[in-house]
Amino acid sequence: MSETENIMKLVEKEIMSTHTISHLDVLESESIHIMREVAAECKNPALLFSGGKDSIVMLRLAEKAFRPAKFPFPLVHIDTEHNFPEVIACRDKLAADLGERLIVRSLEDSIRRGSIVIKDESKPRNPFQSVTLLETIAEFGFDACMGGARRDEEKARAKERIFSFRDEFGQWDPKNQRPELWDTYNTRVHNGENIRVFPISNWTEMDIWEYIGREKLHIPEIYFAHKRELIRRGNSVIPVSHLVQPKPGEKVEVLSVRFRTVGDMTCTAPVESTARTVDEIIEETSITRITERGATRMDDQTSDASMELRKKEGYF
Amino acid sequence: MSNTTQLLRFITAGSVDDGKSTLIGRLLHDSKSIFEDQLSAISITSERRGMAAVDFSLLTDGLQAEREQGITIDVAYRYFATPKRKFIIGDTPGHEQYTRNMVTAASTANLVVILVDARKGVLVQTRRHTYLASLVGIPHIVLAVNKMDMVDYSEARYTEICAEYLAFAAQLGLTDITCIPLSALAGDMLVARGNNMEWYQGTTLLNLLENIVIDYDVNTTDFRYPVQWICRPQTEEYHDFRGYMGRIEAGEIAVGDEITVLPSGRTSKVKEIVTYDGKLQRAYAPQSVTLTLEDEIDISRGDMFVNGGAKPKVAKEFAAMLCWLSETPLDKNRKYLVKHTTRTAKCLFSGIDYRVDVNTLEQHSTATLNMNDIARVAIKVQQPLAFDSYTTDRATGSFIVIDEATNNTVAAGMIA
Ligand SMILES: Nc1nc2c(ncn2[C@@H]2O[C@H](COP(=O)(O)OP(=O)(O)OP(=O)(O)O)[C@@H](O)[C@H]2O)c(=O)[nH]1
Ligand SMILES: [Mg+2]
Repeated sequence: MSETENIMKLVEKEIMSTHTISHLDVLESESIHIMREVAAECKNPALLFSGGKDSIVMLRLAEKAFRPAKFPFPLVHIDTEHNFPEVIACRDKLAADLGERLIVRSLEDSIRRGSIVIKDESKPRNPFQSVTLLETIAEFGFDACMGGARRDEEKARAKERIFSFRDEFGQWDPKNQRPELWDTYNTRVHNGENIRVFPISNWTEMDIWEYIGREKLHIPEIYFAHKRELIRRGNSVIPVSHLVQPKPGEKVEVLSVRFRTVGDMTCTAPVESTARTVDEIIEETSITRITERGATRMDDQTSDASMELRKKEGYF
Repeated sequence: MSNTTQLLRFITAGSVDDGKSTLIGRLLHDSKSIFEDQLSAISITSERRGMAAVDFSLLTDGLQAEREQGITIDVAYRYFATPKRKFIIGDTPGHEQYTRNMVTAASTANLVVILVDARKGVLVQTRRHTYLASLVGIPHIVLAVNKMDMVDYSEARYTEICAEYLAFAAQLGLTDITCIPLSALAGDMLVARGNNMEWYQGTTLLNLLENIVIDYDVNTTDFRYPVQWICRPQTEEYHDFRGYMGRIEAGEIAVGDEITVLPSGRTSKVKEIVTYDGKLQRAYAPQSVTLTLEDEIDISRGDMFVNGGAKPKVAKEFAAMLCWLSETPLDKNRKYLVKHTTRTAKCLFSGIDYRVDVNTLEQHSTATLNMNDIARVAIKVQQPLAFDSYTTDRATGSFIVIDEATNNTVAAGMIA
């Protein structure tokens, strides 16, 4: 090689090494790496998918990880049958558009079997989701379930590993988690045990919205501002639905709102908003003073440790 | 909104009760990164626990057991952003019993804030965490001399502690250390300077975190690509497609570049760099991509593609520094599993050269390793591994050890 060629090579290297990649690219690559580790090391994994914004991001990441092939796992939804119809429609459409297998198991199945006993139809069903989830894991023999939970959502989640071990009862032991070094993940379990995997652990609500914008992801309409009938109860507003009707004396208001999370209809409150585009949501997200769950999930506020307790029992 | 905001991952470390969690809580509060509902939740809890002021450690000490005992048990991850940068914080426990959780957080950090209680000075656990930080190769260290309010903001005390710490750090060859006096409780020198330490001219903590230059990738020239997964769509359109999926751990690659497959040593050329967003001409660490090759050669998960001047070593025996993380001691008569990049193989510990006393840095001979021991060991693996030294490349120089009987991760290893 001539002297000039050598210098050219060096200059080229110099330019290359100053290449920077955006923080969304870094997060995306980390998530893809995690999903591929699951595919390669777990015998029978599944991707938990609800039709909400985080799981829609998870699907795009799975496409990035595995296309042009099909996903090496099915999508699984644990349906409380307390979901917003727009979300269920979006769930079905996305699975069909992607041509991927969707398994739906409903709390109603567990209720029929008697493993769940519901006392009050108008109460949130999230606490029971773990039962149906564990039954579904047993039915299909899944050894790993990927979920779209993020550490910035809640203080117990903030403590959880990316590969989170669950014993044969589906329980999480927060005081005795496996060490997790670099990104060399220990995926090993014995029969009957399970790993929950959270590929978007390190994403924030803002990252999710920026990614939805960048990738032009289609999300359920209820994430954007719309007029909705609401009832004010305590500090929060509840959407009127077939499950929640005004009690005598309660007034129905119509407000312009959007949902920051979409969970159980009886306990997911919207926030007042005029944001009709992803950019406008990003704008609102950057100035909000309230966390995603604080604003919207009444079930997390019943006690200081409700998420930790639910997770210990097998919740995502 | 800028898409090129850099990401800084940092952790706190140091001895029990030196104020790590309080520091993080206060930093988030003073940089306006706490949300109203979080603040009101921790205010209510503080009040219920009979505290006069808001206890900011509750922001990261989120587990019931942690709140009961007033200590941190496992790492809490927190996320915040300033206009300059995005941050991922890991607040680690100071208790010796939970050292493995500190190591967990340290393994992915770019910077560590080591706290010292100004009254107590440098303690064994300060030394242990500093040693671990240097072992896992965290490039930047901040020594935060905390609780300055309890020593009357004494410059002399601060200087004394810095000198003692820097002397210890020098023994480890650590040079990139910034010392800051602060009070996590009062908020001095975290975000604002406060009025109590006019004698200190240096940077505040936040200012340092926002401006410190970080290198993501130590090794930018030698391409390292462990194969994670082989993509065989077997559809009509992609009938003959065979893509090697993975993440570029170091260096870069372009279409047409020659690669060597390790450990077999066979070579080929990159035909395409495939991604969901289209084909690329060139890709860089830490991108996750799919490579196709010009030649059909036998490749499986666990193999590594490399190119560039320095080739990894391929061997079945090597020396490494090991942190033993399990309550069950190392048993030299047993076989373990080592997971190195995407390859998992059976291994044996053929010898323990020495154990390091973290207090004095002296080397002692030992027959076994107990929890939290750090030692130099000789390892024999059943299949050859392709590796670099940890100091050259974190990704290809690190491994974990798994106990096959319990499936627990029992050690972290760094190849010498
Ligand atoms: N006076 C004073 N007290 C402080 C300061 N920083 C922390 N403290 C107190 O020190 C005690 C321990 O604080 P933590 O933040 O829980 O300590 P830690 O280092 O996180 O402890 P572990 O995580 O269990 O290792 C608490 O009572 C704090 O209020 C400070 O700057 N000044
Ligand atoms: Mg703490």
